[in-house]
Amino acid sequence: MRYLTDRKRAERLGSARRGTEAHWAQTISAVALALMMPTWLVVFGRALGGSRDSVLATFAQPFPAILTALVLVVAMRHFARGMVNMIDDYARGTARKIGIMAAYFIAGGIGATGIFAILKIAL
Amino acid sequence: MTAPKPVARPQSPFMIPKYYRLQMTSASSFATRATGHAIIVTAALVVWWLVAAATSDQAFALADLVATSWFGDLVFTLSLWAFWYHFLAGLRHLYYDALHGMEIRTAELLGWVCFIGATVLTPITILLVQ
Repeated sequence: MRYLTDRKRAERLGSARRGTEAHWAQTISAVALALMMPTWLVVFGRALGGSRDSVLATFAQPFPAILTALVLVVAMRHFARGMVNMIDDYARGTARKIGIMAAYFIAGGIGATGIFAILKIAL
Repeated sequence: MTAPKPVARPQSPFMIPKYYRLQMTSASSFATRATGHAIIVTAALVVWWLVAAATSDQAFALADLVATSWFGDLVFTLSLWAFWYHFLAGLRHLYYDALHGMEIRTAELLGWVCFIGATVLTPITILLVQ
């Protein structure tokens, strides 16, 4: 039996050279969303409350369609990473595994549905 | 190599409120996470409304009824506040990442900016998009 501390085991092995990807990805998507969301809020807010025809006419235009698709993809990925981050903090074992899966399933489901809707309306 | 002895470590957030008093810096950090997660409910509502519009008059009538009801108004208003809070808190994080604003007084002030800013921006947005 070796009486080594965890630190002694890890010393001289070098850094893991990873671990900051999640933070950097959240930073990039945060800036993207900060740039897109105020405009998207106006597009969506003006469309909400209108007739079905006016809603279809709005999201059939290139700018609202592209913006909404981009927001969906970036926001759902940003959400999934954020939820995984929270689960990593507060859950262990099976609960953590199920939680991480749920994060990707929720984000993927909402994202795919929204993209389908935009494609159907705009194309 | 010997296996490390398993230790029963406490699970976060065990510090609150027993050993740690909630203050502006931690409350505003917690609110960032809470608002970010809460907005997913609105994302689901918006996508339902959108896919219903793409589907049929009947589907749209139901989704639009919910989205434009008092319940829809409540959800959209609350999530608009959550959005602006998360937006401002996110900008604060970018500011922190650039190694600014970490003096305690500045950090606490920025927390107030997030809460008050969201409360001001929410009615302005509602007026702008109507």
